[in-house]
Amino acid sequence: MDLMLPDTGLLFWMTVIFGLVLFILTKFGFPLITGMVDKRNKRINDSLEAARTAEEAIAHLKEEQDRIVAETRAEQSRLMQEAAAERDRMIAQAQDQARVEAQKIMEDAKVRINHEKELAMKELRNEVAKMSLAIAEKVVRKDLSSDSSQKELVDKLIDQL
Amino acid sequence: MRWWKVILLILLLVVCREIPGQARNDVEQTGHDVDVAEILFGHTSDGYGWHITTWKGHHVTIPLPCIVHSSTGWHVFMSSELEHGHEYEGLFIAEEGRYEDKIVERGADGELIRPFDISITKNVASLMIIGVLLVLIILGTARWYRRHDATEAAPGGLTGLMEMMIMMVNDEIIKPSVGEKEYRKYAPYLLTAFFFIFLCNLLGLVPFFPGGANVTGNIAVTLVLAMFTFFAINLFGSKHYWKEILWPDVPLFLKFPIPIMQTIELFGVISKPFSLMVRLFANIMAGHMMVLGLVSVIFVTVKLGPVINGSMTVIAMLFGLVINALELLVAFIQAYVFTMLSAVFIGMSRQEEH
Repeated sequence: MDLMLPDTGLLFWMTVIFGLVLFILTKFGFPLITGMVDKRNKRINDSLEAARTAEEAIAHLKEEQDRIVAETRAEQSRLMQEAAAERDRMIAQAQDQARVEAQKIMEDAKVRINHEKELAMKELRNEVAKMSLAIAEKVVRKDLSSDSSQKELVDKLIDQL
Repeated sequence: MRWWKVILLILLLVVCREIPGQARNDVEQTGHDVDVAEILFGHTSDGYGWHITTWKGHHVTIPLPCIVHSSTGWHVFMSSELEHGHEYEGLFIAEEGRYEDKIVERGADGELIRPFDISITKNVASLMIIGVLLVLIILGTARWYRRHDATEAAPGGLTGLMEMMIMMVNDEIIKPSVGEKEYRKYAPYLLTAFFFIFLCNLLGLVPFFPGGANVTGNIAVTLVLAMFTFFAINLFGSKHYWKEILWPDVPLFLKFPIPIMQTIELFGVISKPFSLMVRLFANIMAGHMMVLGLVSVIFVTVKLGPVINGSMTVIAMLFGLVINALELLVAFIQAYVFTMLSAVFIGMSRQEEH
């Protein structure tokens, strides 16, 4: 059948035309287009990747920030606690010291008071002795041969009081 | 576009499909039967001139150059010289016989001899138009990429459409079929084949100039396309591919001393492009035949009276509409199938040993 027999002229021209079209499009057409589109796709993918990385970085940064804030807060509370403890300690120490000081002062005072008391007593005693002597002298004016023997007698007497 | 515009367009395609002018005249003037076979084959086969229509009994034909090398040397002339059985420098168009409708010359003892004929026939002219159109479209698309930084902007309009189609063919057909590694080498050929076939198919559906030629429904055209695929498969076949053909892994008695397997494998090598050739040719040819046949129904039924003729016209139009819509789909599917099978065959020939 005529339909199934390829015509020589048409075969020739089809080969020429298709070959020419193929050559032109291979040289200037399709590789350029597909290459450019591939490039664009690559860029889009890269951009998406970069966006994802940036997002991750931001998320990481946020985490870091939160961590730092939490750390700072913990440090702050620790410092405050420490300060409070220090304050308490210092107050206690001051109180102790004050107490000791007071004790010491008191004791000193006591010692001095005792000493003073003793001195006073001694003086008083002397005074009393003197007064007694004077009194005794006035009482027993007559029989006062020696002051010392009389004083000894008065001291003895006072001690027995 | 609204749906009714689509329907209108398809209707226009049906109405305008080169309504067989001679047939109408025959019926109206002489009352002869309509020769449907003549209409069908006349419209689907090649011709030396491009017959547009018949107007008031005159053929409106675009004359095309004839290039013939006969026994008397080269002859170049316009096809109008040969109209109505005229003879030009001993060349004429055979009315019947083996070389019907072809340029022949008469040999010494009166028998018809077919000279070497590379005339620019209707199909060749159509191929040239399609080739130029395709180059313009693709280079126009490529120009956009040359002028723009494709990483900064995306094209719109026709360029965007072409990019979408090119990338669809590239990424959905070629890449998975040939294989990620080597598809770049074959992509230009397969893309060219796809768009060439697609454009041919689409223009074949347009009933008036510059469409209307039955290009991809011509076996010579599909043969050339299949040959390109054949060479693409076999010229770059891998070692593994040739080993599978020439020394496959089968028991020795199947390949030596009688090369049974080799014969089968070689048959397969040839049948692959052959199937491509016949599939495309038959599909497009059948589509053209169906639409033409349906339109012919209108003229065949003229004799049966206005009622039957009128009702048959409506039916033929409806069917023609459906078939034309189907043909639009087939135009795409056949281009798709040809490209995909070519890609798959190429991919098979590039396989390395596992």
